[in-house]
Amino acid sequence: MNWLESIFILAVAFVAVFLEAWLNLPGRWLGAQIDVLPALMVYASLRTGVVTMALLAVCGGLWFDSLSLNPLGVSVLPLMVIGLVIYRNRDLLLREQAHAQAILGVVASALQPMGTLFILLNTGAAPLLDWGTLWQLMVMAAGGGLATPVCFALFGRIHHAFEYPLSRQSSFRPDREIKRGRA
Amino acid sequence: MLKKSHYLILAVVVLLVVVLLKLPAQTAGKVKLAISGLFLPLFGLTASTHEWFSEAREGLTPRRELLRQIERLRHQNEEQQIWLQQDASLWSENARLRAGAGWSRQSRRNLKLARVIARDPANWWHTLQIDLGARDGIGPNFPVLTSDGLVGRVQAVAATRSQVILLGDPDLRVSAVVTNTGDTGIITVSSSAPQENGMIDLDYLSGNSPVSPGQGVVTWGAGGVFPAGIPIGRIVDTRTKDYGLSTEARVKLSADLSALEEVWVETP
Repeated sequence: MNWLESIFILAVAFVAVFLEAWLNLPGRWLGAQIDVLPALMVYASLRTGVVTMALLAVCGGLWFDSLSLNPLGVSVLPLMVIGLVIYRNRDLLLREQAHAQAILGVVASALQPMGTLFILLNTGAAPLLDWGTLWQLMVMAAGGGLATPVCFALFGRIHHAFEYPLSRQSSFRPDREIKRGRA
Repeated sequence: MLKKSHYLILAVVVLLVVVLLKLPAQTAGKVKLAISGLFLPLFGLTASTHEWFSEAREGLTPRRELLRQIERLRHQNEEQQIWLQQDASLWSENARLRAGAGWSRQSRRNLKLARVIARDPANWWHTLQIDLGARDGIGPNFPVLTSDGLVGRVQAVAATRSQVILLGDPDLRVSAVVTNTGDTGIITVSSSAPQENGMIDLDYLSGNSPVSPGQGVVTWGAGGVFPAGIPIGRIVDTRTKDYGLSTEARVKLSADLSALEEVWVETP
């Protein structure tokens, strides 16, 4: 279900970007909006191929930038680089462990906005930065850390729903068959 | 390990990003609006849900409470009608005096109510999206306000929605005047805490400016984007800059930018 999984990942990214723009509550309560795209990229890089990762980076980044004052395309590259770094080392990572997923989510969610800000500052834009940005990065990292295992659980369920069911072994044992009639 | 094809994909993505970042501002704006147009069905869905919840809440409100609200609104309406009559006579008197003095005629504000449908998902910008666009007569640089005061201006316009840049964003500068003293300055990002939503700076005031905390700040009208007299906020404190050559004032915004649900767009 490779192509189907890619579509699901993109659909979740689309809805997640919309919710980030629509839901104002995290911003008001925590002082920062949580971005789910790095968490999705962690999932994509550990479970899918480079094409899906590239699609997620390009589509997710462009959707995000289109609703923001960011110059178009500025979020794409940090997402792609994070995905590729994880993909390159995925055989060494404990990808089935929730804590490993969470740590990867924290790191990815902290690095992605930093990378975006780095590109932004190099394009001549003047984003709002102060000491509060550190707090925002911490909130984003924590949010991403929580979101990553949730992504794995969600896609695990979807995967399970679309997979062929495993064939169960029959309870019939030929050695315990009762043979009737004369021996 | 990454294969050759992986590097090729990365190169394509990098090339795409470079092309997008190098697009002319106008083209990039159009592409951005086209991409964000994909979210229209979801915006529509949330608007319908919001309406449905409002109707459900209204259905649950007791009749006695509704009658009380109607009575209160009726009184308010009567009061407003009296003020409006008074305002009309003052308006005509003002127009007569301006004509006598040979000043240009002032026009009344045309306002359109818009609902806030989205906010900037990036934490380092202060923008939002409203549900009015070019189809509703909205254009770039139209002032956006609430009954409390100025909120920002329209940055980009699509057919059915617009992006509004809020006060406190680095891309928005407003010429402002202190009501009590007549000192003029420029509204800029708060230098002490740019991320703080309710505070901005009134910069470039003269060094010996007599501004003091509590004084009101309104739009000056210079520059042609914002008409004069829209409330912006109140001065919280002041400090001298550049060895006493200029003064900077911190201003608390009149409008609560973090809780905006509906705004007014001023049209010509």
